[in-house]
Amino acid sequence: MSTTTERRTDIGPPHYEQFLHPIIKKNYGQWKYHEILKPGVLAHTAESGDVIYTVRAASPRLISTNFARKLTALASKYADGYLRFTSRNNVEFLLANKDNIDPLINELSEFTLVGGTGKSISNIVHTQGWVHCHSSATDASGLVKVVMDELSDYFTSMKLPHKVRLAVACCLNMCGAVHASDIAILGVHRTPPRIDHESLPNLCEIPTTVASCPNNAIRPTSIEGRATVKVDEDKCMYCGNCYTVCPAMPIADALNDGVSIWVGGKISNARTEPMFTKLAVHYLPNNPPRWPEATEAVKNIVEVYAKNAKPYERVGEWIHRIGWPKFFDLTGIEFTKYHLDDFRHAGTTYKRSLQNRY
Amino acid sequence: MSDLKTPLLDELEKGAWPSFVKDLKTMADKKPMVKDLLRQLEKSYTDKRGYWKHGGLVGVMGYGGGVIGRYSALPDEFPGVSHFHTVRVNQPSGWFYTADALNELLDIWDEHGSGLLNMHGSTGDLVFLGTVTDELEPTFRALTAKDWDLGGSGSDLRTPSCCVGPARCQNACYDTLALTYDLTHKYQDELHRPMFNYKFKIKMSGCPNDCTAAIARSDLGIIGIWKDDIQVDQAAFAEYVDSGMDIQGAVVDKCPTKCISVEGKEIKIDNSDCVKCMHCINTLPKALKVGKERGAAIVLGAKAPIVEGALFGSVMVPFMKMDDFEELHDLIERIWEFWDEHGKNRERIGECVERVGLANFIEGIGLEPIPQMIKEPRDNPYIFYEEYYEEE
Repeated sequence: MSTTTERRTDIGPPHYEQFLHPIIKKNYGQWKYHEILKPGVLAHTAESGDVIYTVRAASPRLISTNFARKLTALASKYADGYLRFTSRNNVEFLLANKDNIDPLINELSEFTLVGGTGKSISNIVHTQGWVHCHSSATDASGLVKVVMDELSDYFTSMKLPHKVRLAVACCLNMCGAVHASDIAILGVHRTPPRIDHESLPNLCEIPTTVASCPNNAIRPTSIEGRATVKVDEDKCMYCGNCYTVCPAMPIADALNDGVSIWVGGKISNARTEPMFTKLAVHYLPNNPPRWPEATEAVKNIVEVYAKNAKPYERVGEWIHRIGWPKFFDLTGIEFTKYHLDDFRHAGTTYKRSLQNRY
Repeated sequence: MSDLKTPLLDELEKGAWPSFVKDLKTMADKKPMVKDLLRQLEKSYTDKRGYWKHGGLVGVMGYGGGVIGRYSALPDEFPGVSHFHTVRVNQPSGWFYTADALNELLDIWDEHGSGLLNMHGSTGDLVFLGTVTDELEPTFRALTAKDWDLGGSGSDLRTPSCCVGPARCQNACYDTLALTYDLTHKYQDELHRPMFNYKFKIKMSGCPNDCTAAIARSDLGIIGIWKDDIQVDQAAFAEYVDSGMDIQGAVVDKCPTKCISVEGKEIKIDNSDCVKCMHCINTLPKALKVGKERGAAIVLGAKAPIVEGALFGSVMVPFMKMDDFEELHDLIERIWEFWDEHGKNRERIGECVERVGLANFIEGIGLEPIPQMIKEPRDNPYIFYEEYYEEE
């Protein structure tokens, strides 16, 4: 028998089977179909005829143990103690008893929203932002909060042409993987890092700092006999990689940092192949606490899409059908030189046919 | 909380969406760390910039990953967050919990950290946000005593993650939960001791709907697929027709290869032309179901833009049986071996494949070139021939 003082390592996570509801365990791999009974409520029917009900609710992802204990208490009360989380940070309660659905929704409604199923805007996948990240150009939790406040009606209903997946990433590292979302907000730095030549030699390893730049914009140099680095500002694309390895090269710039808006990405293979998001708005100011410009831009795109897309068209499929000129026309978004790609393989984005609408 | 003045953050208590500010404030009295976190965040909202310093080598004994060092840039002003390290807890397959198990995790974090967490982080781990260096080892001991372990960080295998799979989805073409558990346990050393060129993420999705975004967010994606015919329940299909649903507009016209037709109340599918996109199955879940000959496609090389631009995963193996995972283990190990030999520091596998060329890469890992690997053949004639005739 092991003692409690023994140090255990490399044990891996516990086996998932102990966390599965008995109905799930019994019908594992034997599901027949599912229905959405109403926004936020799923019913999965197994070949055996058994049904498991799921109630899906929003979570801010950044939560306290107090919030999490509310969830576990509700799981114990209504879901035989079983709950799970989704890849979009929603919480799901797994119910054997259909009669528990509405009482659970009532209690959830006191502190969160139920929804995020079917043709809705589900929870926003996002990053840490100013709450926790060193390289963020904007906040993430705050942006998610204000955007979803504005769009919450689309979370609790299923009235869009198709599902709309939103993402927020607070810098170009894109921990939130906004490169394949229907609509995304991306924090951007727009100025090169500033170099603290005093402290750089003590804080940073110069070869690592030089090597960190994807565009070879950083070179070793010396100032008054002290080894340091210089940046070729024309080559800098503000990715912040150098700051990650060298804290004496801060890139945050309150005056110039802000957000950009991206559209038309998708992951699933349904109908069309997966697509990357494309630039819609190259820059909007950071305007905390409620980012009215960014929020309005996202809402505008959602509403123009909702009005113009055909059933089952994702945002990217809709734009593909109507063409980019019409997208900019309908949304009223200004087209600028920044929309023209000038990075690797830029030519693949140029128009090389005469198929335009006049 | 008279000394906690956060007028800007208070604006985020308004509105219908659950407010993280309201929630975090419930912890601020109990935890000086949370109070100073809110105070520093208020300063960020005022000054429009972040105040965190990166990294520092912190962790638990014997592990190179799983803990992210984080320090306030203004420790004198906000001493509560002078250390604010992250502990990544390896999530269970499919993010299933019991209330009891989750409560035990919450107890550990209330005792050893800020009481703030992410359910879940971008890679899938349960993320404990904010503790001091001295609490790292005690947190780790408390976790392992309850059978939990840390996830990955840095240049190592990141915690594999998966969709809900066969636990609650009729579309699952293989057991995503079992494979996630298998890979996580088999590759503990790769997960806990960074020895790769850069990070390596693995995601499991049960079908081409790809709910874990494996095609976009994982260096290695294992996405369920089937080879034979879509299973049809004609009686259930007739019910959809009788319900007045616009089958032509919603299903037939949306099929990317136009392989569906309807005769009377019967659906006909030319399965030889079906590209397994899932649209008809998604739209008519009671009538249509994935086929019986199931497995997974293996895609390699997805990543976000940093540094050479974003990549989707590309097909290495269009269909692999998933009855056991040995063939997959073998492929993964050959990929890692190639990457170890030919990859550069901070170069993801997708970038490595593009640099060395797909032909060289698949030769290196022992795969034959097949047309399923490409969108189209090359359109340039600069071919590096390796074989040609010579005069005798």
